[in-house]
Amino acid sequence: MPAIIELRQISKHYGSVIGIEHVELSVEDGEFLTLLGPSGCGKSTLLRMIGGFEEPTTGQIILSGQDVTDLPPQKRNVNMMFQDYALFPHMTVGQNIAYGLKMRGIGKVEARQKAEGALDLVSMPDKIDQMPHQMSGGQRQRVALARAIVREPKVLLLDEPLSALDANLREQMQIELKHIHDKLGITFIMVTHDQTEALVMSDRVIVMESGLIAQDGTPEDLYERPATPYVANFIGTTNLLPGQITARNEVGTRVEIGGQSLLTHYEKVPAQDSVQVGTRPEKARFLSGEDAEEDNTLLGCVVECIYHGNSLRTTVRLNDEQNFHVDAMLPMGMARAASPKPGDEVRIAVDPDNILMFEIGS
Amino acid sequence: MTASTTNPPLPTKRRNRVARTRLAADSGFVVIVSLVMAFLYTPILILVIYSFNDNRTLTWPLSGFTTSWYEKLFSNDQLLTAIGNSFYVASCSTVLTLLVGVPAALALHRFKFPGKTVFRRLLLLPIALPGIVTGISMLNMFKMFGFNLSLETVIIGHATALLAVVVTQVFARLQRLPKSLSEASSDLGAGPLQTFIYVTLPNIRTALIGAGLLSFVLSFDEIPVTFFLTGRDNTLPMYIYSTMRRGVTPEINAVGTLIVLTSLVLIAVSVIFTVRDKTGRE
Repeated sequence: MPAIIELRQISKHYGSVIGIEHVELSVEDGEFLTLLGPSGCGKSTLLRMIGGFEEPTTGQIILSGQDVTDLPPQKRNVNMMFQDYALFPHMTVGQNIAYGLKMRGIGKVEARQKAEGALDLVSMPDKIDQMPHQMSGGQRQRVALARAIVREPKVLLLDEPLSALDANLREQMQIELKHIHDKLGITFIMVTHDQTEALVMSDRVIVMESGLIAQDGTPEDLYERPATPYVANFIGTTNLLPGQITARNEVGTRVEIGGQSLLTHYEKVPAQDSVQVGTRPEKARFLSGEDAEEDNTLLGCVVECIYHGNSLRTTVRLNDEQNFHVDAMLPMGMARAASPKPGDEVRIAVDPDNILMFEIGS
Repeated sequence: MTASTTNPPLPTKRRNRVARTRLAADSGFVVIVSLVMAFLYTPILILVIYSFNDNRTLTWPLSGFTTSWYEKLFSNDQLLTAIGNSFYVASCSTVLTLLVGVPAALALHRFKFPGKTVFRRLLLLPIALPGIVTGISMLNMFKMFGFNLSLETVIIGHATALLAVVVTQVFARLQRLPKSLSEASSDLGAGPLQTFIYVTLPNIRTALIGAGLLSFVLSFDEIPVTFFLTGRDNTLPMYIYSTMRRGVTPEINAVGTLIVLTSLVLIAVSVIFTVRDKTGRE
C-alpha cells in the first residue's frame, strides 16, 4: 500500500520545552490510524501539524508525495473535524457544509446537492435549514463530520471527536464513524486519550508518551504484546510486579516474584535478570481446592472485591505484600457468592502464555 | 424528593407571615427601582416638557403648549449648521476610528510581536487622558506642522481618543471567538481575507455596531478636544455652550429633545441588531 502521509523527523520545540521529538510516521492510504496518549503527550500537536495549523520546528510532512510542510491549511487536501466542532454559528447547517465547496468555486445548486448527500451519509437528512444552536451535541458532531467530508479530502483528521458526547452516544458513534470510514475508503487519523475508543475503531494505533512514539501497532499488538510497562498500563490494566529471572531454557523462562516462582513463554526475554512481570487481570483465575495439578500459581489473601456488573475485580495481597488484581466475568447463573471473599486464602493460576516481561526502566 | 413530602405543611398563620414579608420585600424593591429610574430620567422628562412650554422662562406652572421653539430651531441657521457640523464630525471620526481600530484589534489578536503589551497599553492611554490634555497637545502638534484648524482637525482629535474604545471592544470580542472557527474556515479552503469576511466579521458584527454607536455619541457631545482643535466652525455642544452665557433658551430644550429622540432610535436599532445576532448563537 502506498503511504499517503509521511512524517519525517518531526520535532516541535516551544522555547526550550520539547513538545515532539524526532517522530517518524508513515500512514497508509485508507487506513484508520489513531494517535493515543494522555494530555500533553504531543498527539494533538502532531495532528494539527498535518492539518497545517502548527509548524514543526524541524522535519518534513509529505502528503501523497508532495512536501506540504510550509503550506497553509487551505492549500492541503486534508480536512479536520474539530474537538469543539467549530460550526459557524451564523450559518445554517447547509451553509456550514457548503462553505468548503463555495471556497472551491462550486455553484450554489450543486453545493446544496452535495451538502444533502453528506447529511444523508451522517443520517441527518432533514436538518439542512436548521441553525447549529438548535441542535444537540450529537447532531452538531454529525454536521461537523459532514462538513469535513463533503470536500472529499484524501485524509480526514479527527481531534478527540467523541469526547464531548455522553457514554451511550459515544459507543454508538464509534461504530458509526468506523462504518463511514469503510464506506468512504479515505484515510482517517484520529486523536484520542480514550484507549477503548482507540482499540474499537482503529486499524493501527500509535501510543505516544511525552513527545515520543511509545508503540506503533494493531490494537491486538498493543493489548497482547505491549512494548513497555507504560503501554501495558495505558491500554487496559496490567499487574506489574518486580521479578528475578532464575532460569532460561527451551521450555520458557522462570521468574521469581516475592519468593514464588512462575513460568512464562513470553518471547521477548530481557537480557538482565531483574525484570518487571506483567499479567492482565482477566487472564488470571482462582483455583479451587481440587485443581491441585496446576503449578503456575501465586498464593495470597483477598483484601477487596469490587463489583463491576458484568465482572468482579478481586484484589489479592500476595505473600510479599504486593497487590494483584484478578478480573472474573460473571456470566449467567454464576453467583457472586461463589467468588472468594475478603480474608480468604487463595491460589491464583496464570497461564505461561499470558505472562509478559519488561526490562526494568523500559 | 422525599424531603418535601415529609415536611409538615406550615401552619396558616406562619404561611401568612411569610407571604407578608415577601410582599414587603417586593414593594421595597419596586420603590428603590422607581427612585433610581426617576433619578435617571426626571431631568430628561423636564427637558422634553419645557421644550413644548409656551414661555421663555423656565418656571412652573406651565403656561401653554407650543411647537414654536421647534419652528425657531429650524429657522436658526447657526444652530442648524452646528448640528450639521456635529453629524459630520461624529460620522467621520467614527468611520476613521473603525478603519484604524479594527485592523489594530485584529493585529493584537492574531499576531505575537515584541512589545505587544506596551502597544496595547499605549492604545488604551488616550481614553484615560483628560480631553484637555489631548486637546492642547494636538493643538501644539497641528501648529508645529502648520495645519490650519478646521473640522477635519477635530475629527483627527476625536479619532485618537475614540480609538481606545473601538480597539478594546473589538479585541474583547475577538478573544471570546473560538480560535477553531477561523481554523475551520482555512481548513475548508478559505484564504485569510475570505475567513475575515465570511467568518470573523459576522461574528464580531455586534461589537462593531456597539463600538461605532458609542464612538458616535462620544464624539457628538465632545467639548474639550473640540474646543482646542476647531477653527471657525462650531459643533452643536460648542454652540449650546456659547449660548448658555445668555441663559438656557427653550430652543436648546427643543434641540435636546431631538437628540434624545435620535438616541432612542439609535438604541432601538442596535437592540434589533443584537437580538437578531443572539438568535444566531447559543
